[in-house]
This record gives sequence, C-alpha cells and structure tokens, in this order.
Amino acid sequence: MASTFPPDFAELEPFAGWALPTERERYAKRIASTMDELQAFYDAAFPRLESATPYLEQVELDGISDQDKHLLWLFCALVTVAFPVEAWSQPRVPDSGASSIDAVVEPAV
Amino acid sequence: MAHFPKPAEGSWTEHHKIDKSPLSYADSITPEHYELERDAIFRRTWLNVGRVEQLPRKGSYFTKELDAARTSIVVVRGMDGEVRAFHNVCRHRGNKLVWNDYPREETSGICRQFTCKYHAWRYDLEGKLTFVQQEGEFFDLDKSDYGLVGVQAEVWEGFIFVNLDSENRTPLREYLGKYGKGIEGYPFDKLTQVHKYRAEIGSNWKLFIDAFAEFYHAPILHAGQYMPEEAQKIKKYGYEAIAYDIDGPHGMVSSWGGIAPPHDQKMVKPIERALRSGLFGPWDAPDIGLDEWPPAVNPARHPHWGMDSFVFFPNFMLLIWRPNWVLTYHYWPTSYNTHIFEGTAYFVPPKNAFQRLQQELAVVSFKEYGLQDGNTLEATQTMLESRTVTEFPLNDQEVLLRHLHNTANRYVRDHQREQSPAPAASATS
Repeated sequence: MASTFPPDFAELEPFAGWALPTERERYAKRIASTMDELQAFYDAAFPRLESATPYLEQVELDGISDQDKHLLWLFCALVTVAFPVEAWSQPRVPDSGASSIDAVVEPAV
Repeated sequence: MAHFPKPAEGSWTEHHKIDKSPLSYADSITPEHYELERDAIFRRTWLNVGRVEQLPRKGSYFTKELDAARTSIVVVRGMDGEVRAFHNVCRHRGNKLVWNDYPREETSGICRQFTCKYHAWRYDLEGKLTFVQQEGEFFDLDKSDYGLVGVQAEVWEGFIFVNLDSENRTPLREYLGKYGKGIEGYPFDKLTQVHKYRAEIGSNWKLFIDAFAEFYHAPILHAGQYMPEEAQKIKKYGYEAIAYDIDGPHGMVSSWGGIAPPHDQKMVKPIERALRSGLFGPWDAPDIGLDEWPPAVNPARHPHWGMDSFVFFPNFMLLIWRPNWVLTYHYWPTSYNTHIFEGTAYFVPPKNAFQRLQQELAVVSFKEYGLQDGNTLEATQTMLESRTVTEFPLNDQEVLLRHLHNTANRYVRDHQREQSPAPAASATS
C-alpha cells in the first residue's frame, strides 16, 4: 500500500487524517477534536515542521507529487492546530460562540 | 507617554477638525435609519465589487448580490475586452437573469451570451437583447428598447467598482481622491494568490468597520494571541498609530508593527518562529519590483512602518502590509443589524511549499483575530439596541470611527434634503 507522505515523514502516518485539502475541513476537524488529540498531533508534527524547512523549500508547487501535497496539507492543519495549542488552550477561539468565518476561495494546492 | 508625535493641534481628531463630543450610535440600531442609508449611500457611491482577475477572458462574468443597494448585478468582460455591469434582471418579466440553483447565491463563469432561464430571452455581453422567443406574439416589440439596464462600472488598479446611481457624474478616480491617486502604481497585478473568507456578522455594517479602523482594542481583545510576557508588555504600551489621515469621505491609518524578524525569538509563538510568518505576513517579503512605495503608502516614511489601512467610503478597506501583500475587507449590509463580511488576502504566488505555509499562517492568523472581533460585534450590537446608554466617548485613536459615522450621517442628511426640496416644517433628526 502506498504511504500518504514522503518516505522521510513516514512516522506521521498515524496523523494522515489531518491531510485535508481545504481550510474549512481542517478547521472543522480542529473544533471537533479534544485538546488531547490536538496536542498529540502538534507534538508529533511540530518538530518535523521545524526540521523540514529545507525540504519544504525545495518542493515546488508546480507539478507537486501527491505525497508532498499530503504533507503540505498536514502542515496546513498544523498551522490551524497551533492556535489552540499555543494560545487558546481550547479548540475554539475563546468567546467566538457559534460565529464562523469560512474560506470561500483558496489556492488549489 | 507618546511614542509617535501628534499634530501641532495636540490630537489627530482636532487636526482633522472633527468634533470631540461623545458619539451616538443611533445610526446603527434601527431599520428606519438603515433604509435611509440604502438609498443615500449604497445606491449613490462607488462600490468595489471585485477584481479584474475574476474576469480573465472575454465572456467571463460574475454576479454580485447588493442587497443594501436593492439589486443584484452581473459584471462581465465583453468581446471587446471592456468590463461592464448590468442589473441582473431580464427585461421580459423581471426574472433574475444569471443564477444557479439558489437565486440568492452569487455565481460566476464564462459564456457568449446570457439566456434567461424562464423564456429564453437572450442578451449579448454588451447587454443588447438579441433573441425573443416567439417574437411575433408580442405587440410592436422593438428589441433595441429592451436591452439590459446598465450600471456604471469603472476599474481602478484592477479593482472593479460600480455605481448604482445612473445620475452619478463623479468619475471613480475623482471619488477615490488622494489615496486612489497616491496608491496608483502599487503592483496589485502581481498578487494573484487569493484566499477569501466570508462571514455572516450579527451587527450593523459600520460597527465592523469601526473595529478594523482602530487598533486601540488590539492589546486587550487579542491579548491571547501573543506570548504571555509579550502580551503584558503590549498592554502596558497601549496602541498609537504613526498617523491618521482624512480625505473627503475616506480615511486611513498608518501603523507600526510586525517588525520581522523579531528582536527576540521568544516574542513570537513557536509556529511563527518555525514558519517565519504571522499576522503581518511572511517575514521575508517577496520582490514585487517596487523601488519605493507609492506616496500614499507609508506616507510618513516611518522606519517602523508595518501596514496601512485605507477606509474607502462606504464599505471597502484596503490593507497594504510591509511584507508585500494585501488584504481587503468588504462589509455588505443585509439588514440594520446584520451584514456579510468578506476578507480577501492577496499574495505573490508561492514558489514552494514552505512559502505556501507562510501564507497559510498569515491568513489563518487573520481568521483567528477576525473570529474574536466578529463575535464581540454581536455583543456590542445587542447592547446598543437596548438603548441603556446612548452616548459613547471616543478617544483620539478612534478618529476614523467618528469620521465614518459623521460621513454616513451626512450622506443621509444630504439625501433627505434632496428628496424634499421645500424645507420641512419640522426636522426629523
């Protein structure tokens, strides 16, 4: 079976469910998760983001491979998950109630 | 403690000759006043409805719901390459001409002509009626009398504006005034990577402009967005802009901030450190071929400049950030206490996955801040409507709010005066 991510990122396989193509889906997964789940994802993915800068800098978006695309989406999810973990201590933005701001136009990749 | 010098008069408010008395929010809490604003403001001023990149080819079109101006329009690039706008209504029996599935939702696409879903009347891209089903059944119908109803449309720096007032005699560039002229030359056409957000907000449209036209709130409402030590420092420091300016109905604030990279990496959150990006955008600005900012951008030429926020009356804000990206805000009223907010970020297309992630952090940061702002507005609206308190003291960092409300009220008064040529026996306001 083909792996979701490039070989160097195989240990992120348990978090493949975060490799979602749209901001809307990533945000929905974030607010449907517990803080324990968000923390576990962050703890696994953040160190890899820190060490992956040179790799990501050579991944061109034109003709990006499926594995690299999944990795990019996973790190996009890490961006949104960083807010609850680093700032809010809860999945939602504090005092944001039922309000929402939805992405309606996004880059294809 | 002043960090930035104020004008000789002692305050921005006095410098711009704006009154200092407490502000009433009576203009934001009644359906009656909103009805006045629809005709006095939204049917009479230039409204930005999109960008030329949304019409890439001949025949490209999009629709825009302008509830506040009581209409829907279709904006199209004709076979001659010109951008035109029409009221989105068929001349036969008034059906909305261009829509898909849901009549109230906006749509876009490409076509060679517009065909009404109802009886197949057809119009070319210049608005001329070209085909009538069973034409012989009609009575003395001259097709040239039944073209689409045109709307004035002009383009400034790639931004498409319309004016619903068929009597309007003010060209767009003249309306946009000093800032329009002073921003010209900024390479908006290079910023083609678009992220657009939309939200339904439970407040009067002016309240959200208020929230984004002052940063006095930032150290408090958004304190949780900073590292704890930094939040304390920022709170103590408060907020002062570099400069505020007013030009006709428009205004602008020039702000410091987002100095990148930060002097101390501990000042920023780990994700910002890892991606070298944040609310102010990627720390490494892409080359957009600007040797110097156009004169209206960073007008003070301040070394700590971070971004300018232009408030083009009535409902279009343009934010130009130091690291060469742009954010626009639009506020489309749907009732006196609701509106649709649109926030659109424009970047230079990223070359690689890392740059793509830097941009993602900037837009997601904007969304997190926006969620804090948006819900606060609903809380404000409900209490303004309680009318428990009717006068509100505004400080000098809130000068653009005063200007917005004063301007909106002036448009309403002027319109009322024009509608009733004889002086009214008893004033209504």
